[in-house]
Amino acid sequence: MTQLTPVLSAHWDEADSFTIEGYKRHGGYKAVEKALAMQPDDVIAMVKESGLRGRGGAGFPTGMKWSFIPQGDNKEHYLVVNADESEPGTCKDMPLLMANPHVLIEGMIIASYAIRANYAFVYIRGEVTHVVRRVQQAIEDAYKAGLLGKNVLGKGFDLELVLHIGAGAYICGEETALLDSLEGFRGQPRLRPPFPAIAGLYARPTVVNNVESIASVPAIIANGIEWFQSMGTEKSKGFTLYSLSGHVTNPGQFEAPLGITLRELLELAGGVRAGHQIKFWTPGGSSTPMFTADHLDIPLDYEGVAAAGSMLGTKALQIFDETTCVVRAALRWTEFYKHESCGKCTPCREGTWWLVQMLHDLEDGKGTEEDLAKLLDLCDNIAGRSFCALADGAVAPIISSLKYFRDEYLAHQRNGGCPFDPIASTKFVTAGI
Amino acid sequence: MAFTTEQLAVMDSIVARYPRKRSAIMPLLHFVQSVYGYVTKDGIETISEKIEVEAAEVTAVSTFYTQYKSEPVGEYHVGVCINTLCAVMGGDAIYDSVSNHLGIGNHETTKDGKVSLERIECNAACDYAPVVMVNWEFFDNQTPQSVRDLVDGARNGNPPAPTRGPKTLRTWKQNSEVLAGLSDGLANEGVSAGEPSKLGLKIAKEGGAK
Amino acid sequence: MTTDQLTEVEMITVVIDGFEVSVPKGTLVIRAAEKLGIQIPRFCDHPLLSPAGACRQCLVDIEINGRAFPKPQASCTIPVEPGMIVKTQLTSPVADKAQKGIMELLLINHPLDCPVCDKGGECPLQNQAMSNGRETSRYEGKKRTYDKPVAISSQVLLDRERCVLCARCTRFSEEIAGDPFITLNERGALQQVGIYEDKPFESYFSGNTVQICPVGALTGTSYRFRARPFDLVSVDSACEHCASGCAMRTDIRRGKTLRRLAGDDASVNAEWNCDKGRWAFKYLTSRERVATPMVRGADGELHEASWPEALAAAVAGLKGKRVGVLVGGRATREDAYGYSKFARVALDTNDIDFRARPHSDEETSFLSSVALGLETTYSDLDKADQVVLVDFEPEEESPIVFLRLYKQVRKRALKVSTTAPRISRGSHKLNAARAPLSSVAGLTDKSVILMGERAAETGGTISAVVELAAQSGAKLAWIPRRAGERGALIAGALPTLLPGGRPVADASARVDVASAWGVTSLPDSAGRSTSEILASLNTPEGLEAVVIGGVDPVDISADALSSLLNTFVLSLEISHSAVTAIADVVLPVAAVSEKQGTFVDWQGHARGFEKAIDEAQTRSDVRILSMLADELGTPINLPTVSATAREIESLGSWDGATAQFEKVSAGSTPRAEGTNAILHSWRLLLDLGTLQEGEANLAGTARTARAHISAARASALGVKNEDLLRISSEHGSLTLPATIIDIADDSVWVPRNSLNSQVIPSLGFSSGVVTVVKA
Repeated sequence: MTQLTPVLSAHWDEADSFTIEGYKRHGGYKAVEKALAMQPDDVIAMVKESGLRGRGGAGFPTGMKWSFIPQGDNKEHYLVVNADESEPGTCKDMPLLMANPHVLIEGMIIASYAIRANYAFVYIRGEVTHVVRRVQQAIEDAYKAGLLGKNVLGKGFDLELVLHIGAGAYICGEETALLDSLEGFRGQPRLRPPFPAIAGLYARPTVVNNVESIASVPAIIANGIEWFQSMGTEKSKGFTLYSLSGHVTNPGQFEAPLGITLRELLELAGGVRAGHQIKFWTPGGSSTPMFTADHLDIPLDYEGVAAAGSMLGTKALQIFDETTCVVRAALRWTEFYKHESCGKCTPCREGTWWLVQMLHDLEDGKGTEEDLAKLLDLCDNIAGRSFCALADGAVAPIISSLKYFRDEYLAHQRNGGCPFDPIASTKFVTAGI
Repeated sequence: MAFTTEQLAVMDSIVARYPRKRSAIMPLLHFVQSVYGYVTKDGIETISEKIEVEAAEVTAVSTFYTQYKSEPVGEYHVGVCINTLCAVMGGDAIYDSVSNHLGIGNHETTKDGKVSLERIECNAACDYAPVVMVNWEFFDNQTPQSVRDLVDGARNGNPPAPTRGPKTLRTWKQNSEVLAGLSDGLANEGVSAGEPSKLGLKIAKEGGAK
Repeated sequence: MTTDQLTEVEMITVVIDGFEVSVPKGTLVIRAAEKLGIQIPRFCDHPLLSPAGACRQCLVDIEINGRAFPKPQASCTIPVEPGMIVKTQLTSPVADKAQKGIMELLLINHPLDCPVCDKGGECPLQNQAMSNGRETSRYEGKKRTYDKPVAISSQVLLDRERCVLCARCTRFSEEIAGDPFITLNERGALQQVGIYEDKPFESYFSGNTVQICPVGALTGTSYRFRARPFDLVSVDSACEHCASGCAMRTDIRRGKTLRRLAGDDASVNAEWNCDKGRWAFKYLTSRERVATPMVRGADGELHEASWPEALAAAVAGLKGKRVGVLVGGRATREDAYGYSKFARVALDTNDIDFRARPHSDEETSFLSSVALGLETTYSDLDKADQVVLVDFEPEEESPIVFLRLYKQVRKRALKVSTTAPRISRGSHKLNAARAPLSSVAGLTDKSVILMGERAAETGGTISAVVELAAQSGAKLAWIPRRAGERGALIAGALPTLLPGGRPVADASARVDVASAWGVTSLPDSAGRSTSEILASLNTPEGLEAVVIGGVDPVDISADALSSLLNTFVLSLEISHSAVTAIADVVLPVAAVSEKQGTFVDWQGHARGFEKAIDEAQTRSDVRILSMLADELGTPINLPTVSATAREIESLGSWDGATAQFEKVSAGSTPRAEGTNAILHSWRLLLDLGTLQEGEANLAGTARTARAHISAARASALGVKNEDLLRISSEHGSLTLPATIIDIADDSVWVPRNSLNSQVIPSLGFSSGVVTVVKA
């Protein structure tokens, strides 16, 4: 049985875990002292060697990303933290920032020092007022403590840190759209190349990292590479936050070594809710192709999930039991992608618009066998044809649900509509309305 | 109505946060909402002057992001998550219930101007599903009854406190000020984390699975 | 060979659909394919705009050194690389299906209104849907609809449901014109082009968006529903509106100009033009054309006459008289040459001038000397390290010069300064600093000074510019506002110059020209300038008659028209005007689309054009002057425009010594205190100019006239923005709303010839001291 490894979440049960005092009580801001005594390149090397990979979904090695920043180029460098967490099912960064914003700030100071950035931004989604308050307060307190601003900790390093608050656009989680948004434009993805490491924010070398990735850095600096590598699997090192939601007895956050399985996590969460069986689940948010009960023992690391035909993504494990209609689920996700399509490219803008109509017809029992072929062909004309990965994510639930539950789509036609009782899937079904 | 000298000075301070003026457009739009409740012409034109871009460019940005409203919303803006997981867990039932209860639909406001309704997408609190956001504060584990009670309270000037948030629910305009990056001093109120957030930690402390 | 041509361009060889092609490094795959004649379908791609990769229509399969991209790539965003193998829709089933899939998606929300759409028949969507689309659509839902059309300005209409959101229009407006007044709004399936509610798309370059729109989403109000593309005959033409030198295309149907478009000339206007060039062509038909020759009878009225009668009347009025010749800025080089030769040969005078505007002896000297040797070109602007604008507003007075400058400002932050008293919108976009000539520093031989015609209005300015250019080695250009001026200069329509820059004062130059013209001698006495010609009329021993072509007297001075009252006036005109109203004989002439000819742009480059309207019966000025010279018994032998062009070519330019420029020291700067103010003005691109008549949609986008004053003056007068100001001289006054702006406290600026602001007729002068009070 894999043991849980609370690191980022280690003190969330303390009433003041989000304050600077609460953070410092457990060794907070010690790692930054250590890092600032090192050469910046050594910090990069250490993070690189640790094997830390991006926790925002793509899994790109964090240290390598830092090393792409050209040094000695006489240009401003920027660090931008992606706290736009909006992928359906994903709910790890917001509780992290609410309960422990200082670990992010400490990580940002270290990362900025390493890449020689004197300006850093947190781009946080705008629909989380209280998380915004916590991060804003933490930044203010860090300034007061001499951890930000001119001459950080008296080490001659300057860092301005600005909290930038979004306003409702999932696409801004895509790093180039995020940069455009931060520059004051519509959040639409940019052409690459140039990559952000060469021309990012204000066309300057920029590192964009996920909250959890940066928040993991202080522990690596403090405890060392070996400690970090003692957790996880061969190519997926360290600990991470797994978020269980949906039809489980006890949903919540589980910080565990990479490679834990859903079977193990479900056991920790008290299993699928009483009297029900798992039907399908997402490994890392709605854009990662869904799995079924046949996939409970897949190691939840980057390689394991990919080998099974999906993606680790944000480790957002959404569990649905047999009361859930998969057509309804796919339709809702498709509606989400239609709502969030930025409009820039044809396949995503027009494709999601069309997909929603087709799925509505299917849900209403108006779809035929031929319509399923058309639906799949349409997915084929959208996936891999669009400007960014949003549309790939949009078709993932459709294609994967058709793969496992094709007959359920057709059952809607036979039944003249959805054969499921929507109330049966609700959390309060037993409690009454 | 126009911005006061003090408000214009706040806008200047927001612009000053950034290396380049244009970056301030989003917090400025949030700030305009904190003054007017929505994005007004005066707001767009003032931002256009502050950051030296065309009003058309400000409009292009403000219409891209769903939190910027082109019409007034209620003092309490209620967002019911209807993304797949919350919908399945009860979000659909909650939305239908509260919509019927208030007699308003998506993007509509009660006649008294107190409550508006929006079908919202995933708000990063899936382990608390079904989730309702009021003025973008978390109301976790909701039921149709709890949300009906919530909006009734809001209309009577006595809304319940957020599950994870300040001790009292602030208004739309007040919270828009927070989203403009201005402190309201309430960061220390409320829990560090809700129970689901602490579940893994609790189990680990208890020595593994129960 | 220049060093540029010598610079090695790295060539890259790629294989597209099995064919090798070598293209310069950096070339996009879609362009490389074009070189092979392989047409990859596209919508958002435009060679002059930054790549967008938005429509995804141009997807192709690519592998590089054996490594294939896992999915099709947008060929409009990927530059060629060594070892690249590209398979387009012609050889890759995957690319073909991808393209057909995109086309189907583009069409699901596109209306089937091609039969009534302006674009039908020349529509990239229509054409490529046929060439690269599926036979049928599988879409069964409802199409997206919007209210339509939306007038985003008085001259551009938007039909949003036709839009494919390629962002060509918005990219053009931002990247090329610097006018981001139209933007993409909303998002996702509701994304749409729009303006800010109170601010229409009043860019001087808005028409280009209509031209590059790949569907019928943007249409010109004046052309909408007027014609089918396949009924039009297209003729290459040159623009008559300014000295930028745009290549144009004129589309004619049954003898009538239906529309004009920007032509393609990479060295001048690229593929752009301004809205005046595009839409101001209704003057041809707006006012009553002079249809036949006319002679003023004993009753004081003009009466239609036959050509022989009219020519006889003209002869009677001119023969044996001392006659001056005024030729305006609309004249082609050939027509100006006709006036020049007519003056010397038929009228035996050097009293000829093409400057139908304020001018000076200093300018005459400049034009007779330094101006003849100017060789500055657009490409010098592309390479300049600094550009100085002297009494010149590029966006208002030569819009393509503005676009070229703006491109460099965007691309490499080219440093621009201006001597203007205030920063205009154009200067603002150029990020130009305000700097009086005396403070301009740091010029090198890569710097360029662009001097406008208004430099003649302040004594000593031209001299100072010539001095500055000589000392610094900076390149100098003289950019007159009108299309005809540089050609008229070459044609010798100036009191001091014969054709080809030959000095009148030089005996051998006179002999040169006289022998070419087959006459024994040419007049050697110094000629009169425009103002001297007008002043000389009605004076003892002064001029007794005047020949006028294309001159609007109010452009010169307030009393110019009255000087013509008691003298014999022969008018060669397109339409009835203030001059024809008082002329004794009026001869009809052809408008630009009715004749062939040449404009010489500010670079000195000839821009020849052919007759666009075949059916036109009107004659070019030069043909009429030649007939008249015959009747006078002093033939000038210019029976056709092409014969004239040949004669100009064979005469060539003067290789002897030219006159020395005679410097003038700056006069005392006028002083203005209290309610007095120094008046500054220039003409806006869209104003009351004669050639803009008859196009209300274009006029609807003209900037409203406002008086610009400083904050200090505003506070002294107790006025705020939009309060009315009265600007007065001894002659008269103007009343205009105030705009408070960064301008010298002792100055006021008003547009020179706009609605409610006609400076010369109202105030009696174009520059001087006026009083400014709250109205």
